[in-house]
Amino acid sequence: MVSTRTGRSTPVMEQRGTHQPTPPPAWKPRTDPAPLLPDPEPYRVLGTSRAAEADSTLLLKLYGELVRGRRYNAQATALTKQGRLAVYPSTTGQEAAEVAAAMVLQEQDWLFPSYRDTLAAVARGLDPVQALGLLRGDWHTGYDPYEHRIAPLSTPLATQLPHAVGLAHAARLKGDDVVALAMVGDGGTSEGDFHEALNFAAVWQAPVVFLVQNNGFAISVPLAKQTAAPSLAHKAVGYGMPGRLVDGNDAAAMHEVLSEAVRNARAGRGPTLVEAVTYRMDAHTNADDATRYRSDAEVETWRAHDPVALMERELTGRGLLDEQRIEAVRQDAEEFAARLRQGMNADPVLDPMDLFTHVYAEQTSQLREQAAQLRAELDAEAEAEAASGAEQER
Amino acid sequence: MSTATSTAAGRTGTKPATMAQALQRALRDSLAEDPAVHVMGEDVGTLGGVFRITDGLAKEFGEDRVTDTPLAEAGILGTAVGMAMYGLRPVVEMQFDAFAYPAFEQLISHVAKMRNRTKGAMPLPLTIRVPYGGGIGGVEHHCDSSEAYYIATPGLHVVTPATVEDAYGLLRASIASDDPVIFLEPKRLYWSKGSWNPEAPTAVEPIGKAVVRRTGRSATLITYGPSVPVCMEAAEAAQAEGWDLEVVDLRSLVPFDDETVCASVRRTGRAVVVHESGGFGGPGGEIAARVTERCFHHLEAPVLRVAGFDIPYPPPMLERHHLPGVDRILDAVARLQWESEGGLEGGSV
Ligand SMILES: Cc1ncc(C[n+]2csc(CCOP(=O)(O)OP(=O)(O)O)c2C)c(N)n1
Repeated sequence: MVSTRTGRSTPVMEQRGTHQPTPPPAWKPRTDPAPLLPDPEPYRVLGTSRAAEADSTLLLKLYGELVRGRRYNAQATALTKQGRLAVYPSTTGQEAAEVAAAMVLQEQDWLFPSYRDTLAAVARGLDPVQALGLLRGDWHTGYDPYEHRIAPLSTPLATQLPHAVGLAHAARLKGDDVVALAMVGDGGTSEGDFHEALNFAAVWQAPVVFLVQNNGFAISVPLAKQTAAPSLAHKAVGYGMPGRLVDGNDAAAMHEVLSEAVRNARAGRGPTLVEAVTYRMDAHTNADDATRYRSDAEVETWRAHDPVALMERELTGRGLLDEQRIEAVRQDAEEFAARLRQGMNADPVLDPMDLFTHVYAEQTSQLREQAAQLRAELDAEAEAEAASGAEQER
Repeated sequence: MSTATSTAAGRTGTKPATMAQALQRALRDSLAEDPAVHVMGEDVGTLGGVFRITDGLAKEFGEDRVTDTPLAEAGILGTAVGMAMYGLRPVVEMQFDAFAYPAFEQLISHVAKMRNRTKGAMPLPLTIRVPYGGGIGGVEHHCDSSEAYYIATPGLHVVTPATVEDAYGLLRASIASDDPVIFLEPKRLYWSKGSWNPEAPTAVEPIGKAVVRRTGRSATLITYGPSVPVCMEAAEAAQAEGWDLEVVDLRSLVPFDDETVCASVRRTGRAVVVHESGGFGGPGGEIAARVTERCFHHLEAPVLRVAGFDIPYPPPMLERHHLPGVDRILDAVARLQWESEGGLEGGSV
């Protein structure tokens, strides 16, 4: 536009005046990522100067749980050989993470175990026979989840993680003081549900603690083929939650870090991802052959960093482990194993009609028909058995 | 069996409403009645959902009750499972049929199995609303008939309304159910109108009852959801040919109302199953088999199916060739071996 008075043209920019769009704001991160980053090295207590601050009573309690957990793994493995369990995924070598996960929770909190984590469930107070129901094969979940607030063991990897988030979120909406601790393996972190659960948890600031046990393998596949992340704990940062890297064989460190994460969740400070660096000493399950994908030498290096031995060293150093104490702990573990053996030696009482009872709140007419068919088959079977029994008696 | 008229015209206080409005009202009434009810999904809050079914609900009940979630279907359903474990009654919206697939692992491995797995200790009172089916000119991934996937999964109820009144009643019943319900909403009927009384919406029917939409003596059209109006239209057109067709609206695929369906087929002696879903592996095969097994001696002809073709859902400009229409239904009716009876009178006794 040309001004009639001055004859000078007004710059186009000025002409548009207020119509000028404001430029986009300079980008800056929404949260300072630095405090979310895990330590470069796994956090340790035992065998470090931090050990001096650890409470003896707690360490002794952890020791008792570790020894009992080790015995539990051995007993369950033995039960597979006797045909009492269909399969058992052992947590030998991972006892510190398993028992710490259970011990940091309060009564009203919830545990979300993966298929491998029966030990955590047992350490939380679940009857081991019930915990092993899935693996014995008498029913998918051998326990009432509400009794100890332990979600059903989840076999589809990482699918239990969003459940933990939803439950914790629901509890918070109701104003209840509940924290959910959800467990998953290193392989499970590659699943979409892991990503979605962490994202939801962070967006909702849900009171959840995610515990990844990085035991080196997903069946046969090592971590290097699973991720290119600096560590699994680093994944937390992308969701805006803190990641903690811990020595998973150090029960004192596990207890401390998980306790802090639970405390933060309880206080409304949102979720935490904890990576426990540990090692699966046994094969994936009793049915697996680990020699196909790892060397004995590698296993031996980890045996030198055994969670039970680490704790024993600390307690011995403090003069807390005399023969008598060791014997008492061993005795407790033996009694525990004997009870488990006894429980598993009894054949479970099965009612085939249960197959139709719990599919729906109210049986559909289709299921009623099928239940009647099975009932008739069972009756005929029983009749035939009775008849052949009578025959033999004659 | 219940016999209901398709319209409530003539009743006092009735007004026309769309199915979308009835669904919105059902959600609103459920939210108001039960503090455990939570609505969650993509864009269900501020926007009111892409089909506006949740319109105004976030404003009325707050974002803790009506929640815009992150965009992740497995996460939505997975967290809803956890909420249901804690005693809430989540109502999940899947934005479109084909976008529910990421949630299938949660659906099949957990939603459908949790009650059974825990011997009834951990029921999951969850409703999953899925807009489904074609006929709206939607581009790829927006028009799937996904019902066959759901009905093949024991532990789920699968419900689909065809009228405005049923949309309200069935959704209320689904949300009140202690079991997970897949609530399939026929997209192309969202804007269909029916008369209802907004002061006193129709009482909730128990899930699992089919309804005879039109009585007839010649043959039974067995159908559900988006194909119900098509079958009603076909039945009208059939009159000119001398056929008096009965139309059964299933309303619920699981549980399946064998009683209503078979009572009808035994009366008419002939049956055609009509749905948009592909025929191979579609619900029609199961329905035809059930009817044949139960009504064999009453049948004058094999049970026929009019289904979508066994093809991926077509692009919008070709979808009319895929969807079962009046002509295709009448062609099937014509193939019901009338000549064996020596006339088009129909109606076996
Ligand atoms: C979704 C899914 N895919 C595959 C499997 C089969 N599977 C069972 S355990 C396992 C490896 C799991 O590895 P990781 O998550 O590291 O846990 P870990 O076994 O070491 O405890 C696989 C692949 C499964 N259970 N679920």
